[in-house]
Amino acid sequence: MSKNPEFVKFDKVDKSYDGKVLVVKDLQLDIAEGEFITMLGPSGSGKTTCLMMLAGFETPTNGEILLDGNIISNIPPHKRGIGMVFQNYALFPHMTVYENLAFPLRVRKMEKDEIDKKVDKALSMVSLNGFETRMPGQLSGGQQQRVAVARALVFDPAVVLMDEPLGALDKNLRESMQYEIKHIHESIGVTVVYVTHDQSEALTMSNRIAVFNDGKVQQLSNPAELYEKPVNSFVAEFIGENNTFNGEVAEISGDECKVKLSNAEILANAISVKSKGEKTTVSLRPERALIEPSEKMDNMFSGKIEEVIYHGDHTRVRINLLGNPEFILKVPNSTSNLELKVKQDIKIGWNSSDARALDPK
Amino acid sequence: MSSETKQILTTDGIPLEVSLKKAEKKNKIKAFLLVAPLLLFLFITYVFPIGEMFTRSVDDKMITNMLPKTFKAMEKWDGKELPPEDVFAGFYSDYKVLIENQTQGKLGQRLNKEKNGFNSITKKLMRQIKRNKIDESQSIKEQIMKVHKRWRDVEYWQAIKRTAPPYTMVKYLKGVDMYFAADGSIAQVDEDRRIHRILWLRTLEIALFVTIFCFLMGYPIAHLLATLPMKYSNLLMICVLLPFWTSLLVRTASWMILLQQQGVVNDFFVMIGLVADDSRPEMMYNKVGTYVAMTQILLPFMVLPLYSVMKTISPSLMRAGKSLGGTPFVAFWKVYFPLTIPGIGAGCLLVFILAIGYYITPALVGGASGTLISNQIAYHMKTTLDWSFASAMGLMLLSGVLVIYWIYNKLVGVDNIKLG
Repeated sequence: MSKNPEFVKFDKVDKSYDGKVLVVKDLQLDIAEGEFITMLGPSGSGKTTCLMMLAGFETPTNGEILLDGNIISNIPPHKRGIGMVFQNYALFPHMTVYENLAFPLRVRKMEKDEIDKKVDKALSMVSLNGFETRMPGQLSGGQQQRVAVARALVFDPAVVLMDEPLGALDKNLRESMQYEIKHIHESIGVTVVYVTHDQSEALTMSNRIAVFNDGKVQQLSNPAELYEKPVNSFVAEFIGENNTFNGEVAEISGDECKVKLSNAEILANAISVKSKGEKTTVSLRPERALIEPSEKMDNMFSGKIEEVIYHGDHTRVRINLLGNPEFILKVPNSTSNLELKVKQDIKIGWNSSDARALDPK
Repeated sequence: MSSETKQILTTDGIPLEVSLKKAEKKNKIKAFLLVAPLLLFLFITYVFPIGEMFTRSVDDKMITNMLPKTFKAMEKWDGKELPPEDVFAGFYSDYKVLIENQTQGKLGQRLNKEKNGFNSITKKLMRQIKRNKIDESQSIKEQIMKVHKRWRDVEYWQAIKRTAPPYTMVKYLKGVDMYFAADGSIAQVDEDRRIHRILWLRTLEIALFVTIFCFLMGYPIAHLLATLPMKYSNLLMICVLLPFWTSLLVRTASWMILLQQQGVVNDFFVMIGLVADDSRPEMMYNKVGTYVAMTQILLPFMVLPLYSVMKTISPSLMRAGKSLGGTPFVAFWKVYFPLTIPGIGAGCLLVFILAIGYYITPALVGGASGTLISNQIAYHMKTTLDWSFASAMGLMLLSGVLVIYWIYNKLVGVDNIKLG
């Protein structure tokens, strides 16, 4: 069975609530069948609005949304056949777990035997067999969350939407649920559109991530590319930790460029700078800079340690480097670790290919 | 396995329970003192008046106090034939005391209520006594029997005996159009005089329909209030509360202006040609007026509990219902509606209980066919001054409300009520 690469398609979608401000601007997004795609962004970036438009609770102000080639903008939510997991689970508090799961099947007028079978299957998928007669209020947060996932999947929808489903759980539970949802997705191959503002959640779960800001998709790519090769400084800043230098392009030749800072010049990978004299922000991941590198690197500078924070598996070192007092380094902890002391002067080096000259902040 | 061996001691060797009680005692006293003013207030303003009302409603001591010797003598009388000499003698001496105190008239009136014809024969006896026609050395029985033939009728003596107990249920029976017949059995009054039963039924009917109308009108309003954005819902809330803050009398009076035959509503009907000018419908001084005015006045009591419940229902529940494939109606009926039942229960109970005892509005716009039991109670309080009857009916109303509350508790469960 060939997978449809445009199973869900946002075609030039705009959305405005008040006719003055666009919450979503010219959204162009294709989601492949069976894909796990995450909409990631800060609050107010338009990601939840996109999800609500797909679910049918909001109508696009302009443009069309297509599901499997059919325009769905005018189809009411209950006819779209899209499962949804809500932020606060939205389990029906007056119904048992069984009744909650049977609800979408009953409204589809299924036979009792079939309903029983499907509910049983969905509950075993989230390992909650035996909880049929419990009320949602008698379940823990994690269990409620699983029931909500099972309910969204029990009627075999083509697409499942998840609106920050793990937001209310504590850290450990959230991590184990992330894997659980990922495994469910892998085993049944349903298309999942997931909304979150938690970047680590997005990175661990998704096939592709769409980073939203200001109503626009800033970057759409797989997690590794998103982290390693952010295309602009918003994405670089939003995903993971990031050291930045603001400067001006002094020289540019192909992919390489030389950026002039206030007191030095550094070499960087030219990503979104085109010409000499342009303002730019150079972005560098903390783990790509090394202390006292043994081999030759094309950026080598000396800085002063401002703060050393022990983190168990690694140590974070804050260094005042090239006029940036917030330069962070991550040093893995090992027996042969360097003795790092505050106020110590050290040498820092990194490769120009890891430093990305992006749009100015 | 005695509890002695298991008793836990504190480190100082005092039994733990004793120690705990001692430690908690201060808190308990403090808590009691905090609620004491409320308890006192409740006692003075609620328990005491209702107790007083109950006593008054069953009190029949007046006649018991007036005829002590008579009733003492009557204890041995079987009540089948004319009483023996000592009963007559007792009655004679009691009555003489009353004449001296000039309170004999009250006895006559009271006995006349028990059986017609007493007033005249007691007066006749009084005149005989005043003229010293009764010779105390002779048989009192013979002499009294000569005063009037009715004194020879055993039924009249039976009637006196019936008034002997200091307590009576007669007012309660009267409240449901019944009375004690001559032989002491309970009988119904003549069909054309059964006014109270009609009033009770009408009160129930009007309270029921007002509750239904309030529910039908209040549910959508409460839903709108709970789902609209804050700035609109605040405005709407004021629209709901504004009449609530307006004087009841003013609101009822304005309904009178609207509903009367030459009133605004009728004028409008005539203007749009709905009714002819000479056949304007009567919308006031009947049930219609009572329904309209009471529904409007009691509406906030339905809206507010409903609103407070609906406010807590997450909008995502309806969305979940729809996204799972339920039509908007199914999502409403299966998801939203069941969650509002606590509010419906509270609102309906509140409106029904208020409506069942409503007074001013039916009194002003109800006319003859729209008055309720409370108007009858007020009538006996103010006009006939039969306070014991008014008390009896008030208590019957109260127990009716308690019965409804009990039924409601069995059906819905009082724990499910949410008033906000």
